[in-house]
Amino acid sequence: MVNLETMSLRLTKRDQDMFDGAHGPAVRMAMSILVRMAKVYAAEQLMDISAAHIDSTIYIGEAGLEFAERLAGFGAKVAVPTTLNVSGLDEHHWQEWSVPEDWARNAHRQMIAYQSMGCIPTWTCAPYQTELKPKFGQQIAWGESNAIIFANSVLGARTERYPDLLDICCAITGRVPAVGLHLAENRAGEILINLTDIPPEIQIDDSFYPVLGHLIGKIAQDRIPVVNGLQVRPGEDQLKALGAAAASSGAVALFHIPGVTPEAPTLKAAFQDRQPIRTIDLSMQDLRVARRELTSADGDRLDMVVLGSPHFSLAEFKQLAPLLEGRHAYPDVRLLVTSSRAMVHLAKKAGCLDALESFGGKVTVDTCILATPMLPPGVKALMTNSAKYAYYAPGLLGTQVTFGSLSDCVRSAIEGRVVRDETLWRD
Amino acid sequence: MSAEPLSFWGGYNHKTGEITDRRHPLSGTIASGRVLALPFTRGSSTTTAVLLEAVRAGTAPAAILTTAVDSFFALASIVADEMYGMPIPIIVISREDSAALQNGDKLDIRENGFIYVNS
Repeated sequence: MVNLETMSLRLTKRDQDMFDGAHGPAVRMAMSILVRMAKVYAAEQLMDISAAHIDSTIYIGEAGLEFAERLAGFGAKVAVPTTLNVSGLDEHHWQEWSVPEDWARNAHRQMIAYQSMGCIPTWTCAPYQTELKPKFGQQIAWGESNAIIFANSVLGARTERYPDLLDICCAITGRVPAVGLHLAENRAGEILINLTDIPPEIQIDDSFYPVLGHLIGKIAQDRIPVVNGLQVRPGEDQLKALGAAAASSGAVALFHIPGVTPEAPTLKAAFQDRQPIRTIDLSMQDLRVARRELTSADGDRLDMVVLGSPHFSLAEFKQLAPLLEGRHAYPDVRLLVTSSRAMVHLAKKAGCLDALESFGGKVTVDTCILATPMLPPGVKALMTNSAKYAYYAPGLLGTQVTFGSLSDCVRSAIEGRVVRDETLWRD
Repeated sequence: MSAEPLSFWGGYNHKTGEITDRRHPLSGTIASGRVLALPFTRGSSTTTAVLLEAVRAGTAPAAILTTAVDSFFALASIVADEMYGMPIPIIVISREDSAALQNGDKLDIRENGFIYVNS
Protein backbone atom coordinates (compact mmCIF):
# COMPACT_ATOMS: atom_id res chain seq x y z
CA MET A 1 0.00 0.00 0.00
CA VAL A 2 1.20 3.50 -0.79
CA ASN A 3 1.34 5.67 2.30
CA LEU A 4 0.99 9.28 1.25
CA GLU A 5 1.99 10.72 4.60
CA THR A 6 5.49 9.21 4.61
CA MET A 7 6.41 10.39 1.13
CA SER A 8 8.52 13.45 0.73
CA LEU A 9 7.40 16.08 -1.74
CA ARG A 10 9.69 19.13 -1.69
CA LEU A 11 7.95 22.37 -2.65
CA THR A 12 9.81 25.49 -3.74
CA LYS A 13 9.09 28.77 -1.94
CA ARG A 14 6.85 29.78 -4.84
CA ASP A 15 4.98 26.43 -4.79
CA GLN A 16 4.44 26.84 -1.06
CA ASP A 17 3.15 30.41 -1.55
CA MET A 18 0.69 29.17 -4.17
CA PHE A 19 -0.36 26.36 -1.84
CA ASP A 20 -0.83 28.80 1.06
CA GLY A 21 -3.05 31.13 -0.94
CA ALA A 22 -0.62 34.03 -1.54
CA HIS A 23 -1.60 33.96 -5.24
CA GLY A 24 -5.35 33.96 -4.61
CA PRO A 25 -8.05 31.33 -4.08
CA ALA A 26 -8.01 29.85 -7.61
CA VAL A 27 -4.29 29.15 -7.47
CA ARG A 28 -4.70 27.79 -3.94
CA MET A 29 -7.43 25.35 -5.05
CA ALA A 30 -5.41 24.25 -8.11
CA MET A 31 -2.23 23.84 -6.07
CA SER A 32 -4.00 21.93 -3.32
CA ILE A 33 -5.28 19.38 -5.85
CA LEU A 34 -1.89 19.28 -7.62
CA VAL A 35 0.05 18.67 -4.41
CA ARG A 36 -2.26 15.84 -3.33
CA MET A 37 -1.91 14.32 -6.80
CA ALA A 38 1.89 14.76 -6.75
CA LYS A 39 1.86 12.46 -3.71
CA VAL A 40 -0.24 9.91 -5.58
CA TYR A 41 2.36 10.04 -8.38
CA ALA A 42 5.09 9.66 -5.70
CA ALA A 43 6.76 12.83 -7.00
CA GLU A 44 9.62 14.34 -5.03
CA GLN A 45 9.20 17.75 -6.63
CA LEU A 46 7.19 19.76 -9.12
CA MET A 47 8.52 21.14 -12.41
CA ASP A 48 7.62 23.88 -14.89
CA ILE A 49 5.55 23.40 -18.03
CA SER A 50 5.28 25.85 -20.92
CA ALA A 51 1.92 24.82 -22.44
CA ALA A 52 -1.27 22.96 -21.58
CA HIS A 53 -4.27 21.38 -23.31
CA ILE A 54 -7.50 21.11 -21.35
CA ASP A 55 -9.80 18.09 -21.72
CA SER A 56 -12.01 19.16 -18.79
CA THR A 57 -14.00 21.19 -21.35
CA ILE A 58 -16.13 18.13 -22.16
CA TYR A 59 -19.47 18.59 -20.39
CA ILE A 60 -20.46 15.45 -18.51
CA GLY A 61 -22.74 16.86 -15.83
CA GLU A 62 -23.22 19.22 -12.91
CA ALA A 63 -20.06 18.33 -11.00
CA GLY A 64 -17.68 19.19 -13.84
CA LEU A 65 -19.54 22.43 -14.45
CA GLU A 66 -19.46 23.34 -10.74
CA PHE A 67 -15.72 22.64 -10.70
CA ALA A 68 -15.10 24.91 -13.73
CA GLU A 69 -17.32 27.68 -12.41
CA ARG A 70 -15.78 27.54 -8.94
CA LEU A 71 -12.31 28.08 -10.46
CA ALA A 72 -13.61 30.77 -12.85
CA GLY A 73 -15.49 32.44 -9.99
CA PHE A 74 -12.23 32.59 -8.01
CA GLY A 75 -10.77 34.54 -10.96
CA ALA A 76 -8.56 31.69 -12.24
CA LYS A 77 -6.15 32.53 -15.08
CA VAL A 78 -3.87 30.06 -16.85
CA ALA A 79 -0.14 30.65 -16.40
CA VAL A 80 0.95 29.16 -19.76
CA PRO A 81 -0.47 29.15 -23.32
CA THR A 82 -3.39 26.75 -23.04
CA THR A 83 -5.52 25.21 -25.79
CA LEU A 84 -9.02 23.81 -25.27
CA ASN A 85 -10.27 20.36 -26.24
CA VAL A 86 -13.71 19.63 -27.67
CA SER A 87 -16.63 20.99 -25.68
CA GLY A 88 -20.09 19.56 -25.20
CA LEU A 89 -21.60 21.80 -27.85
CA ASP A 90 -21.19 23.10 -31.40
CA GLU A 91 -21.61 26.65 -30.13
CA HIS A 92 -23.28 28.13 -33.20
CA HIS A 93 -24.94 25.15 -34.88
CA TRP A 94 -26.35 22.98 -32.09
CA GLN A 95 -29.93 23.89 -32.93
CA GLU A 96 -29.59 21.99 -36.23
CA TRP A 97 -29.37 18.75 -34.24
CA SER A 98 -31.19 17.00 -31.40
CA VAL A 99 -29.30 18.70 -28.55
CA PRO A 100 -31.65 19.36 -25.59
CA GLU A 101 -31.78 22.99 -24.52
CA ASP A 102 -30.78 22.48 -20.90
CA TRP A 103 -27.76 20.47 -22.05
CA ALA A 104 -26.81 23.29 -24.44
CA ARG A 105 -27.13 25.87 -21.67
CA ASN A 106 -24.91 23.96 -19.26
CA ALA A 107 -22.35 22.92 -21.86
CA HIS A 108 -22.14 26.53 -22.98
CA ARG A 109 -21.60 27.75 -19.40
CA GLN A 110 -18.72 25.30 -19.17
CA MET A 111 -17.21 26.68 -22.42
CA ILE A 112 -17.45 30.21 -21.07
CA ALA A 113 -15.89 29.23 -17.74
CA TYR A 114 -12.76 27.82 -19.42
CA GLN A 115 -12.51 30.69 -21.90
CA SER A 116 -12.68 33.17 -19.02
CA MET A 117 -9.50 31.62 -17.60
CA GLY A 118 -7.56 32.94 -20.60
CA CYS A 119 -7.45 29.69 -22.57
CA ILE A 120 -7.31 29.76 -26.38
CA PRO A 121 -10.71 28.60 -27.72
CA THR A 122 -9.37 26.01 -30.17
CA TRP A 123 -12.18 23.53 -29.30
CA THR A 124 -10.38 20.59 -30.85
CA CYS A 125 -9.13 17.16 -29.89
CA ALA A 126 -6.35 17.54 -32.50
CA PRO A 127 -4.47 20.58 -31.10
CA TYR A 128 -1.29 19.05 -32.53
CA GLN A 129 -2.56 19.95 -36.00
CA THR A 130 -2.79 23.67 -35.18
CA GLU A 131 -0.04 26.30 -35.12
CA LEU A 132 -0.02 25.84 -31.34
CA LYS A 133 1.48 22.34 -31.52
CA PRO A 134 4.29 21.75 -29.03
CA LYS A 135 7.93 21.34 -29.98
CA PHE A 136 10.32 18.44 -29.54
CA GLY A 137 11.36 18.11 -25.90
CA GLN A 138 8.86 20.73 -24.67
CA GLN A 139 7.41 20.04 -21.22
CA ILE A 140 3.61 20.27 -21.39
CA ALA A 141 0.50 19.18 -19.46
CA TRP A 142 -1.98 17.74 -21.92
CA GLY A 143 -5.33 16.05 -21.42
CA GLU A 144 -7.28 14.06 -24.11
CA SER A 145 -5.89 10.57 -24.65
CA ASN A 146 -5.37 10.89 -28.41
CA ALA A 147 -3.64 14.27 -28.06
CA ILE A 148 -1.37 12.96 -25.29
CA ILE A 149 -0.17 9.98 -27.31
CA PHE A 150 0.39 12.13 -30.44
CA ALA A 151 2.31 14.85 -28.56
CA ASN A 152 4.58 12.32 -26.87
CA SER A 153 5.11 9.92 -29.74
CA VAL A 154 4.98 11.92 -32.97
CA LEU A 155 6.15 15.35 -31.75
CA GLY A 156 8.48 14.22 -28.96
CA ALA A 157 6.96 16.71 -26.52
CA ARG A 158 6.68 15.44 -22.94
CA THR A 159 3.45 14.98 -21.07
CA GLU A 160 2.07 12.53 -18.55
CA ARG A 161 -1.38 11.06 -19.23
CA TYR A 162 -3.25 13.88 -17.48
CA PRO A 163 -6.82 13.26 -16.43
CA ASP A 164 -9.60 15.85 -16.77
CA LEU A 165 -9.65 18.36 -13.90
CA LEU A 166 -5.92 17.98 -13.21
CA ASP A 167 -4.97 19.45 -16.62
CA ILE A 168 -6.47 22.83 -15.68
CA CYS A 169 -4.79 22.77 -12.24
CA CYS A 170 -1.43 22.34 -14.02
CA ALA A 171 -2.26 25.17 -16.43
CA ILE A 172 -3.21 27.56 -13.60
CA THR A 173 -0.08 26.84 -11.56
CA GLY A 174 2.28 26.23 -14.50
CA ARG A 175 3.58 23.22 -12.55
CA VAL A 176 3.38 19.42 -12.81
CA PRO A 177 4.70 16.53 -10.72
CA ALA A 178 8.23 15.74 -11.99
CA VAL A 179 7.52 12.11 -12.81
CA GLY A 180 6.71 9.66 -15.58
CA LEU A 181 6.95 10.71 -19.19
CA HIS A 182 8.30 14.16 -18.27
CA LEU A 183 11.64 12.41 -17.56
CA ALA A 184 13.76 11.03 -20.43
CA GLU A 185 14.62 7.78 -18.64
CA ASN A 186 10.94 6.82 -18.40
CA ARG A 187 10.38 7.16 -22.14
CA ALA A 188 12.18 4.01 -23.27
CA GLY A 189 10.25 1.36 -25.16
CA GLU A 190 9.09 -1.61 -23.06
CA ILE A 191 7.32 -3.99 -25.42
CA LEU A 192 8.63 -4.97 -28.84
CA ILE A 193 5.89 -5.59 -31.40
CA ASN A 194 7.18 -7.15 -34.63
CA LEU A 195 5.00 -7.04 -37.73
CA THR A 196 5.67 -10.34 -39.45
CA ASP A 197 3.60 -11.17 -42.52
CA ILE A 198 1.67 -7.93 -43.11
CA PRO A 199 1.70 -7.29 -46.89
CA PRO A 200 2.71 -3.78 -48.07
CA GLU A 201 -0.66 -3.31 -49.83
CA ILE A 202 -2.34 -3.56 -46.40
CA GLN A 203 0.23 -1.17 -44.93
CA ILE A 204 -0.75 1.58 -47.38
CA ASP A 205 -4.49 1.08 -46.79
CA ASP A 206 -5.92 3.82 -44.52
CA SER A 207 -7.81 1.33 -42.36
CA PHE A 208 -4.57 -0.47 -41.42
CA TYR A 209 -3.50 2.19 -38.89
CA PRO A 210 -6.64 2.30 -36.71
CA VAL A 211 -6.76 -1.52 -36.71
CA LEU A 212 -3.08 -1.78 -35.78
CA GLY A 213 -3.56 0.87 -33.08
CA HIS A 214 -6.52 -1.01 -31.60
CA LEU A 215 -4.40 -4.15 -31.40
CA ILE A 216 -1.36 -2.35 -29.96
CA GLY A 217 -3.47 -0.75 -27.22
CA LYS A 218 -4.77 -4.15 -26.16
CA ILE A 219 -1.30 -5.67 -26.11
CA ALA A 220 0.60 -2.78 -24.50
CA GLN A 221 -2.12 -1.69 -22.02
CA ASP A 222 -0.21 0.94 -19.99
CA ARG A 223 3.27 0.10 -21.33
CA ILE A 224 5.35 1.77 -24.06
CA PRO A 225 5.21 -0.26 -27.29
CA VAL A 226 7.79 -0.17 -30.07
CA VAL A 227 6.34 -1.10 -33.45
CA ASN A 228 8.96 -2.68 -35.65
CA GLY A 229 8.76 -3.88 -39.25
CA LEU A 230 6.66 -1.24 -41.02
CA GLN A 231 7.62 -1.22 -44.69
CA VAL A 232 6.01 2.11 -45.53
CA ARG A 233 6.38 5.48 -43.86
CA PRO A 234 3.05 6.44 -42.25
CA GLY A 235 1.80 10.01 -42.69
CA GLU A 236 0.65 12.38 -39.95
CA ASP A 237 -3.03 11.41 -40.15
CA GLN A 238 -2.17 7.71 -40.15
CA LEU A 239 -0.10 8.15 -36.98
CA LYS A 240 -2.99 10.16 -35.52
CA ALA A 241 -5.40 7.27 -36.25
CA LEU A 242 -2.99 4.70 -34.83
CA GLY A 243 -2.47 6.69 -31.64
CA ALA A 244 -6.15 7.45 -31.06
CA ALA A 245 -6.95 3.74 -31.40
CA ALA A 246 -4.16 2.61 -29.05
CA ALA A 247 -5.21 5.21 -26.46
CA SER A 248 -8.79 3.91 -26.58
CA SER A 249 -8.27 0.15 -26.32
CA GLY A 250 -5.34 0.64 -23.93
CA ALA A 251 -3.84 3.28 -21.67
CA VAL A 252 -0.96 3.92 -24.05
CA ALA A 253 0.55 7.43 -23.78
CA LEU A 254 3.70 6.91 -25.89
CA PHE A 255 4.77 4.61 -28.71
CA HIS A 256 7.89 4.48 -30.84
CA ILE A 257 8.31 3.46 -34.48
CA PRO A 258 11.99 3.14 -35.38
CA GLY A 259 12.92 5.44 -38.26
CA VAL A 260 9.61 7.32 -37.98
CA THR A 261 9.04 8.81 -34.52
CA PRO A 262 11.63 11.33 -33.25
CA GLU A 263 12.91 9.48 -30.17
CA ALA A 264 13.50 6.30 -32.18
CA PRO A 265 16.10 6.90 -34.90
CA THR A 266 16.94 3.19 -34.45
CA LEU A 267 15.40 0.19 -32.70
CA LYS A 268 18.18 0.34 -30.10
CA ALA A 269 17.48 4.02 -29.43
CA ALA A 270 13.75 3.32 -29.03
CA PHE A 271 14.63 1.04 -26.09
CA GLN A 272 17.38 3.38 -24.80
CA ASP A 273 19.74 0.37 -25.12
CA ARG A 274 17.61 -1.71 -22.73
CA GLN A 275 16.01 -5.09 -23.45
CA PRO A 276 12.27 -5.32 -24.16
CA ILE A 277 10.33 -6.83 -21.26
CA ARG A 278 8.24 -8.70 -23.82
CA THR A 279 8.36 -9.39 -27.57
CA ILE A 280 5.24 -10.11 -29.59
CA ASP A 281 4.93 -11.04 -33.26
CA LEU A 282 1.81 -9.77 -35.01
CA SER A 283 0.46 -11.59 -38.02
CA MET A 284 -2.18 -10.81 -40.59
CA GLN A 285 -4.55 -13.08 -38.65
CA ASP A 286 -4.18 -10.92 -35.51
CA LEU A 287 -5.08 -7.87 -37.59
CA ARG A 288 -8.18 -9.56 -39.01
CA VAL A 289 -9.40 -10.34 -35.49
CA ALA A 290 -8.74 -6.75 -34.36
CA ARG A 291 -10.60 -5.37 -37.37
CA ARG A 292 -13.61 -7.58 -36.57
CA GLU A 293 -13.63 -6.32 -32.96
CA LEU A 294 -14.14 -2.74 -34.15
CA THR A 295 -17.51 -3.68 -35.64
CA SER A 296 -20.43 -4.29 -33.29
CA ALA A 297 -23.17 -4.32 -35.96
CA ASP A 298 -24.24 -7.61 -37.47
CA GLY A 299 -26.29 -6.49 -40.48
CA ASP A 300 -25.94 -3.97 -43.28
CA ARG A 301 -28.33 -1.35 -41.88
CA LEU A 302 -26.88 2.17 -42.14
CA ASP A 303 -28.27 5.42 -40.72
CA MET A 304 -25.19 7.60 -40.59
CA VAL A 305 -21.57 7.69 -41.66
CA VAL A 306 -19.43 9.65 -39.25
CA LEU A 307 -15.85 10.76 -39.87
CA GLY A 308 -13.44 12.85 -37.85
CA SER A 309 -12.35 11.33 -34.54
CA PRO A 310 -9.84 12.74 -33.88
CA HIS A 311 -11.02 15.90 -35.64
CA PHE A 312 -10.66 15.81 -39.44
CA SER A 313 -7.57 17.59 -40.79
CA LEU A 314 -7.24 19.65 -43.96
CA ALA A 315 -5.42 16.72 -45.60
CA GLU A 316 -8.34 14.42 -44.73
CA PHE A 317 -10.86 16.90 -46.19
CA LYS A 318 -8.73 16.93 -49.35
CA GLN A 319 -8.75 13.14 -49.45
CA LEU A 320 -12.52 12.98 -48.94
CA ALA A 321 -13.63 15.62 -51.47
CA PRO A 322 -12.86 13.72 -54.71
CA LEU A 323 -14.63 10.61 -53.37
CA LEU A 324 -17.83 12.67 -53.00
CA GLU A 325 -17.57 14.65 -56.23
CA GLY A 326 -20.76 14.34 -58.31
CA ARG A 327 -22.28 11.74 -55.94
CA HIS A 328 -25.18 11.91 -53.48
CA ALA A 329 -25.89 10.27 -50.17
CA TYR A 330 -28.71 7.69 -50.23
CA PRO A 331 -32.01 9.24 -49.05
CA ASP A 332 -32.19 9.38 -45.23
CA VAL A 333 -28.56 8.30 -44.81
CA ARG A 334 -26.47 11.04 -43.27
CA LEU A 335 -22.79 11.81 -43.66
CA LEU A 336 -21.21 13.84 -40.85
CA VAL A 337 -17.65 15.12 -40.51
CA THR A 338 -16.50 16.39 -37.10
CA SER A 339 -13.66 18.90 -37.08
CA SER A 340 -12.49 22.22 -35.67
CA ARG A 341 -13.53 25.72 -36.74
CA ALA A 342 -9.99 26.48 -37.91
CA MET A 343 -9.71 23.32 -40.01
CA VAL A 344 -13.17 23.79 -41.56
CA HIS A 345 -12.18 27.35 -42.46
CA LEU A 346 -9.05 26.06 -44.22
CA ALA A 347 -11.02 23.30 -45.96
CA LYS A 348 -13.52 25.86 -47.20
CA LYS A 349 -10.75 28.09 -48.56
CA ALA A 350 -9.23 25.07 -50.26
CA GLY A 351 -12.58 24.38 -51.95
CA CYS A 352 -13.07 21.01 -50.24
CA LEU A 353 -16.51 21.69 -48.75
CA ASP A 354 -18.53 22.15 -51.95
CA ALA A 355 -18.44 18.45 -52.81
CA LEU A 356 -19.40 17.57 -49.23
CA GLU A 357 -22.38 19.93 -49.30
CA SER A 358 -23.72 18.80 -52.67
CA PHE A 359 -23.30 15.19 -51.54
CA GLY A 360 -25.68 16.00 -48.69
CA GLY A 361 -23.01 15.83 -45.99
CA LYS A 362 -22.68 18.06 -42.94
CA VAL A 363 -19.91 19.40 -40.76
CA THR A 364 -19.98 19.81 -36.99
CA VAL A 365 -17.33 21.82 -35.15
CA ASP A 366 -16.20 22.39 -31.52
CA THR A 367 -17.34 18.93 -30.42
CA CYS A 368 -17.99 15.38 -31.67
CA ILE A 369 -20.80 12.82 -31.59
CA LEU A 370 -19.37 11.31 -28.38
CA ALA A 371 -19.28 14.62 -26.48
CA THR A 372 -22.65 16.15 -27.36
CA PRO A 373 -26.09 14.46 -27.57
CA MET A 374 -26.65 15.57 -31.15
CA LEU A 375 -27.72 12.38 -32.93
CA PRO A 376 -31.45 12.13 -33.73
CA PRO A 377 -33.16 9.24 -31.88
CA GLY A 378 -33.63 7.25 -35.11
CA VAL A 379 -29.89 6.96 -35.69
CA LYS A 380 -29.03 3.46 -34.50
CA ALA A 381 -26.51 2.16 -37.05
CA LEU A 382 -23.28 4.06 -37.62
CA MET A 383 -20.33 3.48 -39.89
CA THR A 384 -16.93 5.08 -39.40
CA ASN A 385 -13.27 4.89 -40.37
CA SER A 386 -12.28 5.91 -36.84
CA ALA A 387 -11.30 3.26 -34.31
CA LYS A 388 -12.05 5.76 -31.55
CA TYR A 389 -15.63 6.30 -32.70
CA ALA A 390 -15.98 2.55 -33.23
CA TYR A 391 -14.64 1.84 -29.75
CA TYR A 392 -16.79 4.28 -27.79
CA ALA A 393 -20.05 4.62 -29.76
CA PRO A 394 -21.73 1.42 -28.51
CA GLY A 395 -21.15 2.30 -24.81
CA LEU A 396 -21.70 6.07 -25.01
CA LEU A 397 -24.46 6.27 -27.61
CA GLY A 398 -26.03 2.82 -27.54
CA THR A 399 -25.65 2.56 -31.31
CA GLN A 400 -24.33 -0.25 -33.46
CA VAL A 401 -21.20 0.54 -35.38
CA THR A 402 -19.35 -0.82 -38.42
CA PHE A 403 -15.71 -0.01 -39.01
CA GLY A 404 -14.45 0.46 -42.59
CA SER A 405 -11.98 2.40 -44.72
CA LEU A 406 -12.76 5.94 -45.88
CA SER A 407 -13.81 4.70 -49.31
CA ASP A 408 -15.96 1.93 -47.74
CA CYS A 409 -17.69 4.64 -45.69
CA VAL A 410 -18.40 6.84 -48.72
CA ARG A 411 -19.59 3.93 -50.84
CA SER A 412 -21.92 2.81 -48.05
CA ALA A 413 -23.38 6.31 -47.71
CA ILE A 414 -24.12 6.26 -51.46
CA GLU A 415 -25.66 2.78 -51.48
CA GLY A 416 -27.54 3.28 -48.21
CA ARG A 417 -26.24 0.08 -46.64
CA VAL A 418 -22.96 -1.13 -45.22
CA VAL A 419 -20.60 -2.31 -47.95
CA ARG A 420 -16.95 -3.09 -47.40
CA ASP A 421 -14.22 -4.03 -49.82
CA GLU A 422 -12.79 -7.22 -48.29
CA THR A 423 -10.17 -7.84 -50.98
CA LEU A 424 -7.24 -6.89 -48.78
CA TRP A 425 -8.55 -8.46 -45.58
CA ARG A 426 -9.76 -11.84 -46.84
CA ASP A 427 -8.18 -15.00 -45.31
CA MET B 1 -14.45 -7.47 -10.03
CA SER B 2 -12.58 -8.02 -13.26
CA ALA B 3 -9.03 -8.41 -14.53
CA GLU B 4 -9.92 -6.19 -17.52
CA PRO B 5 -9.17 -2.46 -17.30
CA LEU B 6 -12.13 -0.11 -17.84
CA SER B 7 -12.64 3.41 -19.15
CA PHE B 8 -15.41 5.17 -17.20
CA TRP B 9 -16.08 7.41 -20.22
CA GLY B 10 -18.24 5.20 -22.38
CA GLY B 11 -17.95 2.52 -19.72
CA TYR B 12 -19.84 3.83 -16.67
CA ASN B 13 -23.25 5.50 -16.60
CA HIS B 14 -23.06 8.11 -13.84
CA LYS B 15 -26.84 8.43 -13.80
CA THR B 16 -27.42 4.75 -13.00
CA GLY B 17 -24.08 3.34 -11.84
CA GLU B 18 -24.20 0.71 -14.59
CA ILE B 19 -21.04 -0.49 -16.34
CA THR B 20 -21.87 0.12 -20.00
CA ASP B 21 -18.70 -0.87 -21.92
CA ARG B 22 -20.25 -3.64 -24.02
CA ARG B 23 -16.82 -5.23 -24.57
CA HIS B 24 -16.14 -5.45 -20.82
CA PRO B 25 -16.86 -8.60 -18.78
CA LEU B 26 -18.75 -6.48 -16.18
CA SER B 27 -21.05 -4.93 -18.81
CA GLY B 28 -24.53 -4.55 -17.32
CA THR B 29 -23.36 -4.74 -13.69
CA ILE B 30 -24.56 -1.99 -11.34
CA ALA B 31 -21.48 -0.90 -9.40
CA SER B 32 -22.96 1.89 -7.29
CA GLY B 33 -22.57 1.29 -3.57
CA ARG B 34 -20.40 -1.79 -4.22
CA VAL B 35 -16.64 -2.30 -4.20
CA LEU B 36 -15.23 -2.27 -7.73
CA ALA B 37 -11.95 -4.13 -8.29
CA LEU B 38 -10.09 -3.48 -11.55
CA PRO B 39 -6.42 -3.49 -12.56
CA PHE B 40 -6.52 0.18 -13.70
CA THR B 41 -8.36 2.48 -16.12
CA ARG B 42 -7.86 2.38 -19.84
CA GLY B 43 -8.36 4.97 -22.54
CA SER B 44 -10.06 8.28 -22.10
CA SER B 45 -8.81 11.01 -19.80
CA THR B 46 -12.49 11.79 -19.10
CA THR B 47 -12.75 8.83 -16.69
CA THR B 48 -12.04 11.19 -13.78
CA ALA B 49 -14.86 13.56 -14.71
CA VAL B 50 -17.35 10.67 -15.00
CA LEU B 51 -16.40 9.27 -11.59
CA LEU B 52 -16.73 12.75 -10.05
CA GLU B 53 -20.25 13.07 -11.50
CA ALA B 54 -21.08 9.64 -10.09
CA VAL B 55 -19.89 10.67 -6.61
CA ARG B 56 -22.04 13.82 -6.77
CA ALA B 57 -25.04 11.83 -8.04
CA GLY B 58 -24.62 9.09 -5.43
CA THR B 59 -24.04 6.39 -8.06
CA ALA B 60 -20.30 5.85 -7.53
CA PRO B 61 -18.83 2.57 -6.27
CA ALA B 62 -18.42 2.50 -2.48
CA ALA B 63 -14.69 1.98 -3.04
CA ILE B 64 -12.36 1.09 -5.90
CA LEU B 65 -9.50 -1.41 -5.63
CA THR B 66 -6.77 -1.37 -8.28
CA THR B 67 -3.57 -3.38 -8.75
CA ALA B 68 -1.54 -0.32 -9.82
CA VAL B 69 -1.73 3.30 -8.66
CA ASP B 70 -4.43 4.79 -10.86
CA SER B 71 -4.16 8.56 -10.96
CA PHE B 72 -7.51 8.97 -12.77
CA PHE B 73 -9.48 7.37 -9.93
CA ALA B 74 -7.36 9.05 -7.25
CA LEU B 75 -7.99 12.49 -8.74
CA ALA B 76 -11.76 11.98 -8.80
CA SER B 77 -11.66 11.15 -5.11
CA ILE B 78 -9.43 14.15 -4.29
CA VAL B 79 -11.64 16.58 -6.24
CA ALA B 80 -14.79 15.04 -4.70
CA ASP B 81 -13.19 15.80 -1.33
CA GLU B 82 -12.23 19.39 -2.31
CA MET B 83 -15.63 20.16 -3.84
CA TYR B 84 -18.11 18.19 -1.74
CA GLY B 85 -16.17 16.73 1.20
CA MET B 86 -17.05 13.30 -0.25
CA PRO B 87 -13.85 11.34 -1.06
CA ILE B 88 -14.20 7.64 -1.89
CA PRO B 89 -11.56 5.06 -0.93
CA ILE B 90 -9.22 4.21 -3.82
CA ILE B 91 -6.87 1.46 -2.65
CA VAL B 92 -3.99 -0.30 -4.38
CA ILE B 93 -3.75 -4.02 -3.63
CA SER B 94 -1.32 -6.64 -4.94
CA ARG B 95 -2.21 -8.79 -7.92
CA GLU B 96 -2.13 -11.84 -5.62
CA ASP B 97 -4.62 -10.25 -3.21
CA SER B 98 -6.75 -9.19 -6.14
CA ALA B 99 -6.73 -12.72 -7.57
CA ALA B 100 -7.88 -14.07 -4.19
CA LEU B 101 -11.01 -11.89 -4.20
CA GLN B 102 -14.29 -13.26 -5.52
CA ASN B 103 -17.40 -11.55 -6.80
CA GLY B 104 -19.81 -11.16 -3.91
CA ASP B 105 -17.15 -11.11 -1.14
CA LYS B 106 -18.05 -8.78 1.72
CA LEU B 107 -15.26 -6.27 2.34
CA ASP B 108 -14.68 -4.16 5.43
CA ILE B 109 -12.45 -1.24 4.42
CA ARG B 110 -10.83 0.69 7.27
CA GLU B 111 -9.68 4.30 7.34
CA ASN B 112 -6.02 3.18 7.45
CA GLY B 113 -6.43 1.26 4.18
CA PHE B 114 -6.66 -2.23 5.71
CA ILE B 115 -9.23 -4.46 4.05
CA TYR B 116 -10.89 -7.37 5.81
CA VAL B 117 -12.55 -10.00 3.62
CA ASN B 118 -15.73 -11.79 4.79
CA SER B 119 -14.79 -11.16 8.44
